[in-house]
Amino acid sequence: MTVARSWRTRRQRYSLVGERCEYCHNAIFPPRDVCPHCAEPAQKEFALSGKGTIFSFTTVFDPPAGFERYAPYPVALVQLDEGPMVTAQLTDVVPEEISIGMPVEMVTRRLNEQGDEGLILYSYKFRPTLEPQAAIV
Amino acid sequence: MRSVYIAGYGQTPVGEQWQRSLRHLAHDAIMPAMQDAGIERADALYVGNMLSGELVGQEHLGALVADFVGLRGIEAIKVEAACGSGAAALRMGYIAVAGGIHDVVIVAGVEKMTDTVSKDTTAALAMAADQEYEAAEGVSFVALNAMLMRRYMHVYDVPHSAFGYFAVNAHQNAVGNPNAMFRRAISLDTYLKAPMICEPINLMDSSPICDGAAAVVLMSEHLVRSMNGGRRPVRIAGSAAGTDSLAIHDRRDPLWLEAAWISSQKAYQQAGITPADVDLFELHDAFTIMAALSLEASGFAERGQGVRLAQEGEITIEGRVPVATMGGLKARGHPVGATGVYQIVEAAQQVQGLAGPNQVHDVDIALVQNIGGSGATIVSHILIGE
Ligand SMILES: [Zn+2]
Repeated sequence: MTVARSWRTRRQRYSLVGERCEYCHNAIFPPRDVCPHCAEPAQKEFALSGKGTIFSFTTVFDPPAGFERYAPYPVALVQLDEGPMVTAQLTDVVPEEISIGMPVEMVTRRLNEQGDEGLILYSYKFRPTLEPQAAIV
Repeated sequence: MRSVYIAGYGQTPVGEQWQRSLRHLAHDAIMPAMQDAGIERADALYVGNMLSGELVGQEHLGALVADFVGLRGIEAIKVEAACGSGAAALRMGYIAVAGGIHDVVIVAGVEKMTDTVSKDTTAALAMAADQEYEAAEGVSFVALNAMLMRRYMHVYDVPHSAFGYFAVNAHQNAVGNPNAMFRRAISLDTYLKAPMICEPINLMDSSPICDGAAAVVLMSEHLVRSMNGGRRPVRIAGSAAGTDSLAIHDRRDPLWLEAAWISSQKAYQQAGITPADVDLFELHDAFTIMAALSLEASGFAERGQGVRLAQEGEITIEGRVPVATMGGLKARGHPVGATGVYQIVEAAQQVQGLAGPNQVHDVDIALVQNIGGSGATIVSHILIGE
């Protein structure tokens, strides 16, 4: 991915900034300026919580160029709590523990590096939702 | 609108064709097609291709191929719609002839995929998906299909083994197709023991990377009547294209091929038929899951029942809805941008009774469906023998 392209999508990749349609009120991610639900203009920013569940998943063993050194890695379609679905890698989990319906949450992780002197790309990945910690007394 | 006929066709064997370049492959399909149709000249050439820029470093295929096959001067344009490029090119040819703009059009599909190493081909194929929000995360095209398959198995409670009948049927039919890549039958046991490539997709769920080219000559009615040389005229009775979002995550329902529904319904309406009238269905079995989803969205099975058609033997040459009758994408091979034209050539052979050992009994009507990406472009054509 080029520097400009990475820069343009940084708010999506770092903080899941999408849109909320002012006409039909659906949440939209990634932002697309025209609501896919009602075809009205949609430009009101809306950041998703990053909480969701796994809709489906698999593991990539034969990766596309640029991802060779990370394979194998798990990927998923994640149904976000606000409605939109997102395609992303999973992290902090062993493949045997992944299941459909599993709650996950977004984290920011390194996606890949474009050689020794190229970009280091970061993106959203999803990990199993951490249990809330008991309050320290 | 004028009636459009298939006046001739040609194809190369599908496989790893290291001895032939992209332009030579196009030549090897177009010259026999022109000879078959009895023409030396055409009004236009539409070339279906997906990856020439990425894998061969060559764009601008329209003019290149026209010049290379001795047609310098004519209108010639490349048409791209990912793995649906072949049928998209055919539809452009259909529109030109049906609309009265041209009388004779050549449609060729050509792809060269084996000059490059696996990781580059894998990255190139992922361009059929949303580059910024699917491929950018390192998700391969196979992985996208694997996630659809796993979801299908989960929602409809279907075991992986049930998909095996699609692969067994495709390989069985490829035995009788001299142009197929894998001319050997497999058993269900072979399917079950095949190495996993992207769970739950195993090697036998997946179509191969390969080279190939196919071509057809389209003609308006008044010309084909006088030139067909005694063979049964094949009319394109329906032609329609539909779209859906590029990314699976943007679909209203990832397990429903909306673009297949849209294009098949339009094509049925144009031809004045229903799915019950269809004698064979050349579907886009790039992965076994796609075969199941196509059967459902094209009106042959209820949702979640597409796999059952295969299990019950209804998709074989003797079955109620024969699919992949010449081997399909799985066993004939899937040279992506050429596939849609191979499908049309094979369906035309069936309608004319020229499919040899693979001949489906009494074929009058064939549905041919070519899919771009994971379902974002789906083009449906109906061929009727007269
Ligand atoms: Zn809206």
